[in-house]
Formats: sequence, C-alpha cells, structure tokens
Amino acid sequence: MTSSDWTPDQPILEIENLSISFFTRLREIPAVMDFSCTVLPGEAMGLVGESGCGKSTVALAVMRYLGKNGRITGGSIRFKGRDLTQMSDDELRRIRGSEIAMIYQEPMASLNPAMRIGAQLAEVPMIHRGMARAEAWALARQIVADVRLPDPDRILQAYPHQLSGGQQQRIVIAMALMSKPALLILDEPTTALDVTVEAGIVDLVKELAEKYGTSMLFISHNLGLVMEVCDRLTVMYSGEAVETGSVAEVFDRMRHPYTQALFRSIPLPGADKNSRPLVAIPGNFPLPHERPNGCNFGPRCDYFAEGRCNAGDITMTEVGPRHESRCLRVDEIDWSAPPVAKATQGKAEIGEVVLRMEDLRKYYEVTGGGVFGGGPAKVVKANETLSFEARAGETLAIVGESGCGKSTFAKVLMGLETATSGKIMLYDRDIQNTPIEKRNTDTVSGVQMVFQNPFDTLNPSMTVGRQIIRALEIFGQGASDEDRRARMLELLDLVKLPRAFADRMPRQLSGGQKQRVGIARAFAGGAKVVVADEPVSALDVSVQAAVTDLLMDIQRENGTTLLFISHDLSIVRYLSDRVMVMYLGHVVELGTTDQVFQPPYHPYTEALLSAVPIADTHVQKKRIVLEGDIPSAMNPPPGCPFQTRCRWKSQVPGGLCEREVPPVQHLAGGHQIKCHLSDEALTTMEPVIKIAAE
Amino acid sequence: MAKFLFRRLFTMIATALCLTFIVFYLTNLPPNLEKIAKSEAGSRISDAEVESWLQKNGYAQPLLGRYGEWLGVLPGWTATADDGKVTGRCIPKGSDPAAAPRFCGVLQGNWGWSNVFKEPVSQIIATRLSLTGWLMLSVMALMVPVALLIGVLAGMREGSKLDRTLSTFSIATTATPEYVSGVLFITIFASSMTGLKWFKGSATSAMDDITFENFFLPVLTIALYGIGYIARMTRASMTEVMTAQYIRTALLKGVSFRQVVMRHALRNALIAPFTVIMLQFPWLLNGVVIVETLFNYKGFGWTLVQAAGNNDIDLLLGCSVVAVAVVLITQLISDVGYAWLNPRIRLS
Repeated sequence: MTSSDWTPDQPILEIENLSISFFTRLREIPAVMDFSCTVLPGEAMGLVGESGCGKSTVALAVMRYLGKNGRITGGSIRFKGRDLTQMSDDELRRIRGSEIAMIYQEPMASLNPAMRIGAQLAEVPMIHRGMARAEAWALARQIVADVRLPDPDRILQAYPHQLSGGQQQRIVIAMALMSKPALLILDEPTTALDVTVEAGIVDLVKELAEKYGTSMLFISHNLGLVMEVCDRLTVMYSGEAVETGSVAEVFDRMRHPYTQALFRSIPLPGADKNSRPLVAIPGNFPLPHERPNGCNFGPRCDYFAEGRCNAGDITMTEVGPRHESRCLRVDEIDWSAPPVAKATQGKAEIGEVVLRMEDLRKYYEVTGGGVFGGGPAKVVKANETLSFEARAGETLAIVGESGCGKSTFAKVLMGLETATSGKIMLYDRDIQNTPIEKRNTDTVSGVQMVFQNPFDTLNPSMTVGRQIIRALEIFGQGASDEDRRARMLELLDLVKLPRAFADRMPRQLSGGQKQRVGIARAFAGGAKVVVADEPVSALDVSVQAAVTDLLMDIQRENGTTLLFISHDLSIVRYLSDRVMVMYLGHVVELGTTDQVFQPPYHPYTEALLSAVPIADTHVQKKRIVLEGDIPSAMNPPPGCPFQTRCRWKSQVPGGLCEREVPPVQHLAGGHQIKCHLSDEALTTMEPVIKIAAE
Repeated sequence: MAKFLFRRLFTMIATALCLTFIVFYLTNLPPNLEKIAKSEAGSRISDAEVESWLQKNGYAQPLLGRYGEWLGVLPGWTATADDGKVTGRCIPKGSDPAAAPRFCGVLQGNWGWSNVFKEPVSQIIATRLSLTGWLMLSVMALMVPVALLIGVLAGMREGSKLDRTLSTFSIATTATPEYVSGVLFITIFASSMTGLKWFKGSATSAMDDITFENFFLPVLTIALYGIGYIARMTRASMTEVMTAQYIRTALLKGVSFRQVVMRHALRNALIAPFTVIMLQFPWLLNGVVIVETLFNYKGFGWTLVQAAGNNDIDLLLGCSVVAVAVVLITQLISDVGYAWLNPRIRLS
C-alpha cells in the first residue's frame, strides 16, 4: 500500500500551507488558512484552540471529508509521502479506516444504533483485508478485550444503547484500532464524558498508541489533556496555526501572545480569585468573514502595534528547535514579564446563614422498564440526607459527575420539585414543600438560577432588554415602565454589556454575552441565593474567565450566596470558599476549599482530583484511575455508594463498606467525610497534586 | 414478549368493543329503525304501527341490551305473537323455536341478515372481502417496493438531480386523487380515444379470473397515491439518517457509499416509513371504495357503499367489525415490527 519512496523515518503526516474554505451562496468563508504541521511516526500531535478556530476542519480535511460545501483551496496533505488532496475516491476509501482512523466526540451518535457492536467492528477488517466473517469477529473480540471492556462476548452481541458512554467510546476506539492504523485522529474524544471516565480513556489511548506504534492527531480545547497525551502541539486561532512546538516548549516558553493569554485565563493551581485573579482575554473571537487585516489576534492582543500587526499577512517564524510562532514581535516582547496584576480584591465578608438544608431527601418513583409501562415501580434516590448551610457572600461549590444528584438538588431548591423529606430553610422560611408556582415573589426573586447552556435559555424572539424587563415585572420591581427600563439598563451595566444591547435579539449575541444576559436576569430581583449550574462549561476558555470574574464581582458587591455547581475542579478551586463533593446522591465530603483539596480526602475526591487534567508542567499528579462506570442511581450498590470503585476498600476490615452506608466523620475545622476509613488510614493519604519546586 | 402480546390483545379487544358500540349506536338511531320498519312492513304504515313492528322484532329494547344480543353475550330476544307463534332473534323463519340456541351474535358466528342482498352477512363479507383482499395484496406488492425504492434513492443524496426528479414525481402522485387518476388512466389506456386499449376499463371480469389486463389499472390507481406518500416519508427519514454521525463513521471506516446505504442507512431509515406502511392497510379499505365503484369491481368497498346507501344495518355493522379488526391487527404488527427494526425499543 505505501508508496515506494516513503520510509518509516519520514513524517507520517505532512500538512503544508493548507487552506480550506466553505462556499455558501453568498460568499466564500475561509475556515483554515495557511496551516502547516508535521507528525512523525509514533508521535502525538495536539491541536488546540477554541470552538470555531478550524481544528476539526483540519482533521476532517485529512480524511478528505468536508461535506458538499467545503473545499481544499490550497496546499497539500501528504500521508506517508502520498498527497491525499489528489487521491481518487477509491484510493481514499482504501486509506480511510485502514491507515487513518478517527475517533469522535460523541460516541453514542457515531455508532450505528441498529447494528450489533460486533458487526460494526468486524466490518473494518472484512472491507479492508477481505477477512472472513468468523475470523473478523474473533479479531473484534480480541480488540474489545484490548480496550479493557469486561465480558467481550456479551458486548459484541450488544447494541450501542445498551452500553454506557465510556464503554461506547472504548468501542469507537476499538473500531479505530481494528486495522492497526498508522495515524489516529481523535476529535475531542472525551469532551462528552465524565472526568473519571475521561482519565481511563486517556490512559487507554496513550497505552494503545504506544503498543501499536500509532501516530496521533489529538484535537482538544483542553490544554491539560493535551499536555497529558501529546508530545507536540499546535495552537490554532481563527483558522490559523499561531504557535507550534513540543509540549514542554510551548507550555514553558510560549512565544505567541494568544497562547500566553490562553494560559493566563485558565485556572491553574495557585490562582486565587482575590490575590491572583484570572486574566480574561478582552473582546470576542472574530467571525470568519470579519477577520481583521494582518494578525487575527491583533484586536485582542496586549502587544498590538498599530501599522505593523495589521499591515499584512504574517507568516510562521522559527523561534526555537521545531518551535514556530506567527507573531511579528516575538523578539520584542518580554515573555517572562508577569501578567499586569489587577488590583487585588478584598475578600468578601461572609455573613449570616442564608440557606440551610437539613436531611434533605429526594426520591423519584420510576415505573419499571418496558415500552408500555408496567412492571414494579423502582425508587431512584437522587438525594440522600443532604445537610449543609450556606452563608451570605459565600461561594459553595457542589462538585460531582453526571448522575450524582447535583441537578436534582438545584431543582428542589428552586422549587421545580418538592422534597421527599427534610428541610430547606431560606432565612427562617421553610420552602421545601412549596413548589415554585406557590412561592411568593420574594422567595422566587430571592432564589435564582444561572443555567448551563446560554444558547437555549433566552427566548429567541424577544429582545434582550424586554427579557430582563419581563423578569423585573414578575419580581414586582419598579413602580412604572420607565422605572423598570432604567433598572434594566443598570443591570446591563452590572454585567458589563453595552446599553445598546437592550434592543438586540439573542441570536445577535455571542455565547459569553448571552450568559451575561442570563446573569442579569438572575440578579434582576436582588437575588440572595444564586444557583449557578455549570455556568461556564458551555463557553470557550477565553470567555470563561471573564464570566467567572463577573459572577465574583457581583457577588462581592451584593453579598450574594453563590451555589456553584460544577464538575470542573480547577475552577472550583479557584473561586469557591467551601466545597461539597457528591456521589450517587450522597454528600461524600464537605469542607473549605483548602480542606477538600488537601489530604485527608474522601477516596472519591482523591480520584476526582487525580483525574482532572492540569495544564501546568510543574504539577505532578498521582495517577488514580477508577475502574468501571458510575453505578446507575436506579440500582445503587449496597453499603457505601462508592465501594464498587474504591481503591481504599481493602483497608476497612470486615467488608463493612459492602454492608453499611458510612457515617459522617467530623474532622477538625468542620471538615466532613462520609467514609468508613479509620483516622489512621486517612492520615496516611498523600496529596494528589504536588507543585514541583521551580 | 408473551406478556406484551397479552396486554396488547386486551387493549385491542377493549378498543374493538368501544368502536363497534359507537357504530352500533349510530346505525341504530331511531330514524334508521323507523326506515327499516317502513321498508319491511310497508312504507305507508302509521307511527303506531311502526312502534308495534319494532316491538315485535326486538328493536324496542334498550340499546345496550340489543348490543349485547348482537355481540352474542346476551340471549336473543323472543316474542310470542297473539296467535301463539314464537319469533325471536335466534329463530330462523319457519324453524322450530325449541331447537333454536339461546345466544346468537357475532361471537357465535351469526352476523345477521342483509336486507339488501337477502343473504347472511357473514357470507357476503367473506366473498367480498376475499375479492378486495386480492386487490389490496396486489396494491401492496406494487406500492411498497416502488415507494421505498423511490424514497431511498431520493434521500440518499439530498438535493441531487435524482432527488429532485423523484420528489417531483412523488408530490405529483400524492396530489392526484384516485377519482382523477383512475379516470385519466381509463381514458388513456383503455378507451378508443387514444386507441391504446392496453388494459380493460372495467375490472368486473377480474372477480372470476384475475389477469394483468383487467386488474392492472385499478391496482395502479390505488397504488400511485400511496407511492408518493410513502416515498416522501422514506425520503425524509433517509435524508435524516444520511446526515447522522454514524454514517460519517461508516464512510470514514472505508465502507463504500453503496454499502453505507445498504448496510448502515437502510434499516434505520425504514423505521419511520414502516409505521406509515402499516397505516396504509386501513386506509386502503377506504381507497377501494372509490376505485371499486369506478372499475365496477364488486368487493368490500362496493359492498360498504351498498350497505350504507340502503340502510342495511347488519351489513354495515359487519363491515365495521372487519374495518376495526383490520386497523387493530395492522397496528399490532406495526408496533411489533417497529420494535424489531429499532433495537432501542425492546418489548419486555
């Protein structure tokens, strides 16, 4: 198959000056311009950038799969010395899946729902190597075992929907490995998965790539993940590669202002909301047809020089060994200068108790399976004995993976559901049994929510100003229409949006701007408690910092209690005062941020901390990978909810973990851990994250 | 699966009872009964005579009771005339009342007597239904494969020339009702106007002996309308499937386009049209009314028209039982087949 003049010491993949455009009826939209990168055999190349920067387009271009409108307008993609852009459909088909394989973002969507796993896997060698059916199934079985899935025979006979997300992704990986490809393209392979599952997948990919000697093109927006997986990386911004080099080079000796700004806007250990706040990148990502002249990053760059940076096209220049940057001023910028420190903010005063939960439980009755109902009803225990208090001006983070009950908790608090038992006290009012439609205006405006997805939470056919005024009307704010309009403009000021936005429609706003409108709406009635349900996880990295800062600022001014629901421990560490870790409806650990992030940990917190990728080469992490998936809340394990995946279980004598739900241990300083482990065992725990001395 | 079927069967029976009761109620409204009395006992009888005729023939009982009798769960009515002669629902004229069974309803196989055809309803329905059965079978055999083929070909590459051509054809056929297309076909292919005379304009002879010549036009007329409809559904389903991510996965696995369509897209694309196809069966029962009349093919549709036009209550009821049964059975097949095509839905 390989062309004669290619030898294994030459690059597997060589992309040179690649340009890709999408053609619409109106205009040509350039998606990727002048992109070059090289992947050597066995090397893992990371492609990093925000959504819309063209990284997935590059990946699909390598597969020559750009849809009807996409076209490669220049440059070449050479795979093992042969130019993919010149290949016929037939030649391409022979390479796809056999020499270049791809792993996708959403495993559920990328598997055929009506075909058995085995058939989907076996198809690959049957097409490419003309293998017999039985032989192909045997190979499939072997690869399924290779990706460490339990019970391969059952899995081969299963349909995709019968597997969990993590298992599905392992199958997609297995499918890619069926023909031992030379190049593996991974397009955000873990974005849709939980962090502990992600850690397992990342480990697997690394190990298999080593085992089979596969080169990788790893696409991600997560710098930490790229650091863990890749040898080299290319940072992309608005259709261009802006910096490329080895991971160590780029992370420690970055030579492009965008890379630098990106690193400064993500919360790394050591960042602190008061003393070392994040530096958000000002402005917005340019739309493809509104790119500026010259450097695309120019308008948002701190080092922008009028007349030079916007004069003409800028090319990549060598700044070190296999390290290139697309910046004119590489040599003029003092790269080691610390970020211009923003004025350090005083710590917000923590006031009286605003919200108290006592033994809150929320159970759901689910009628047993089957299409047409029937069967015995099952009880899903979404929340078990939740007790905590939150004070004015405090940020309490609620951390946990999908299915841990954090959203149910928010729903009960908001009044969208009523509690099964227990108490929720807002000041001195019991609100656990009052659904939202029966709550008085005071309570409703006092407890508000900022939602995860700003794209769906605004009414698309109402102007921004109108939506905020509507909230004001409902909350009974303002005496007259003029009054409310004035208040609405003040709210726009508060969330740092221009007043002109009042007359805009939501579709004219970017994601970050929409989220600001969502925040303005939540604070319209002077909310005392704001539940922020993953408020930044749908936003781009560079915008996340700005939105987070905004929330902090408003909190500081108003003394709001913020319940910050998140799965991202980096951001939790950065902004919260106290942290509550949840697993399968139980609060497993509760304490101040320092207590939770230092040992002793709850075993689950330990694993969670270890699983979060951190984009800092100085951080050393202990690698703890949890086996298996989170058990279903419909069918939780007996005893401790975490016992099926706990690595400390053997330290507890007499199988106590399997029989009894552990009691809450109260450690010093109000730190609570729900675990059977003895004090001695807890004190032997070592910190998961260590920052190496510089 | 057995449990599921059992449960479905139960709801089907309940539905059937409800539907037949509604039809029973509507066909037994007082004006209908009055008409019967007048057509049986003479059209010039007085209101009082109508009253006594109804009394004597068991029509004066409460509706629910008569429904029970018709169904065969209540004993049939009996009446003793002034001369001591015993008449009753279960006593055929001129037979011995003592030998007659107590129950005689649909459940016992006694579907009643047609006033128009002067024959037992069961016999009429059996012969007419078998005639229509042949028609429906031929229609399905023509319609389903053609429609699926058109739909899949059109949906395979959305927006292509092939897609536009086929879509135009499907819209045109769906937009043409049978009484238009039927007349057109007869004029073009069976009349001396064009002189083609490939087919026969009447399907009467097909009642004894089906040939291509006498049967193709009615079949085509009915099928054409459904072809457009099913093809549109299949196309929509197919285009949606073709943009799914697993199709991309398959293509990037190196599967050829042909194989992607055959192995990966087809089964997923057929889930939606399958239900539509099953819904076509009850709809065909309607469709045949026009076409059977147009082509003078005396099947079920034609019988239905006769029964309705002549106030033939027993025959109407019989027809409705058949219709209800066809609807419910096809729906059951549709649900089971749906679960089979779509592994995400499994019957417990």
